[in-house]
Amino acid sequence: MNEIPGDLKFLKSHEWARLEEDGIIRVGISDHAQGLLGDLVYVELPAVGDQIQAGSACAVVESVKAASDVYAPISGEVIEINEALNDRPEVINEDAFGAGWILAVRAGNPEELKALIDPDAYAELLESEDH
Amino acid sequence: MSLAFTPLHALHRELGARMVDFGGWEMPLNYGSQIEEHHTVRRAAGMFDVSHMAVVDLQGTAVRMLLRYLLANSVDKLRAPGKALYSCMLNQKGGVIDDLITYFLDEQHFRMVVNAATRDHDLAWIRAHAADFEVEVTERKDLAMIAVQGPQARERVIALLPEADRACVEAASRFTAVASDGLFIARTGYTGEDGFEIVLPVARAEPFWRQLLDVGVRPAGLGARDTLRLEAGMNLYGQDMDEDSTPLEAGLAWTVAFDEGRDFIGRGALEQQRSSGVPRQMLGLVLDQKGVLRHGQQIDAMCGKGEILSGSFAPTLGKSIAFARLPAGDPGEVRVQIRGRFLTVRVVNYPFVRAGKPAAGV
Repeated sequence: MNEIPGDLKFLKSHEWARLEEDGIIRVGISDHAQGLLGDLVYVELPAVGDQIQAGSACAVVESVKAASDVYAPISGEVIEINEALNDRPEVINEDAFGAGWILAVRAGNPEELKALIDPDAYAELLESEDH
Repeated sequence: MSLAFTPLHALHRELGARMVDFGGWEMPLNYGSQIEEHHTVRRAAGMFDVSHMAVVDLQGTAVRMLLRYLLANSVDKLRAPGKALYSCMLNQKGGVIDDLITYFLDEQHFRMVVNAATRDHDLAWIRAHAADFEVEVTERKDLAMIAVQGPQARERVIALLPEADRACVEAASRFTAVASDGLFIARTGYTGEDGFEIVLPVARAEPFWRQLLDVGVRPAGLGARDTLRLEAGMNLYGQDMDEDSTPLEAGLAWTVAFDEGRDFIGRGALEQQRSSGVPRQMLGLVLDQKGVLRHGQQIDAMCGKGEILSGSFAPTLGKSIAFARLPAGDPGEVRVQIRGRFLTVRVVNYPFVRAGKPAAGV
């Protein structure tokens, strides 16, 4: 498995959030999640300007095997979506923590990030899921 | 319950396979990307471990008579040694107990290959009837099976055989098996591509797989096997038919032989369906927009409501395809419910893919 980058926060449902400059938060799914899903064939993105709610579905990733909701790790306004995924959803398989990001939001309340789990706790969660 | 392993299990792990529980067997789902594996089989050559399937030998003087009674297809189509026949084995109601391939070896000896998930039930059923015909039933646990499939599959395999045997294996026609060097080599498969299914002693499975790797045959998992067979328009037991559906309802009427005077199990029920009208039909569907047709999704059509049986993204087509079961009649406009939305799908003839290319009209 890929190294889990130290600057990310996670939901137990395998979404990641990265706090960038100016309070922008980038969101994707973990490398573990893409491995479980297998080859992705479609990604359903929200529209720029949509309001998303922490804990609610904000996108759908669909693999050959299954369709899966992507839950928003944080509430806010979608300010950017990764349109490259419309043509090449497999970018998530190739680079889940980087080029495979799904959307970016301007957080309504960045404090919500504190409710997410850190990379070590996420790694432990994966360990326990394996057993 | 602990999972069963094939003789190639350790090698799959070594090759980095993602393993999955398939009918009680821990089998490779993929070795990285199932879509790449799919394309490899359509364009070059891939190999599948299918050792979880059961090889069953039937021996006795009345073995042909047993099979006339046991199978919905006519074993009398098998006259030349090595010739293979695809058939359903039915219960008294005409429901499908399993679909299988039977090989004619000689008048005293036929060989069957049956599905993994149904093996115990199949064996009990076959044994119960074999007793009446004094046929001996042997489950060949000493044998493994590797399917090598794709436009380059045959040449890759043939290159590994003793030179003296090559011409004979090369000359084997489709749906025929030949023996070479202790291998039972059948020109059959479950992908729609040319290739072989090779039955071999357990101890030889791993070295043979490594030899195939060396000549450029790439491992492929159950994920690719499923998308390949669906594109090829082939049914999957348990999903597209089972004991509660007849072959006539499952697009398998072509496999039933109503030859005169042959009494086979389930014939009465099928004849009744034929005379009163087959109540349900299986259709091929294509979704031309984003989304994936999946097992269990609800279908609305002019002829009534139905559901998706096998459904998947089809890598060769770049869109989703499925089999659906619906009441008999004109389907008219067909819509599928996916995640709360109704999308229009097209009814098409299948196979969806022929010779590696989208079939006409798909």
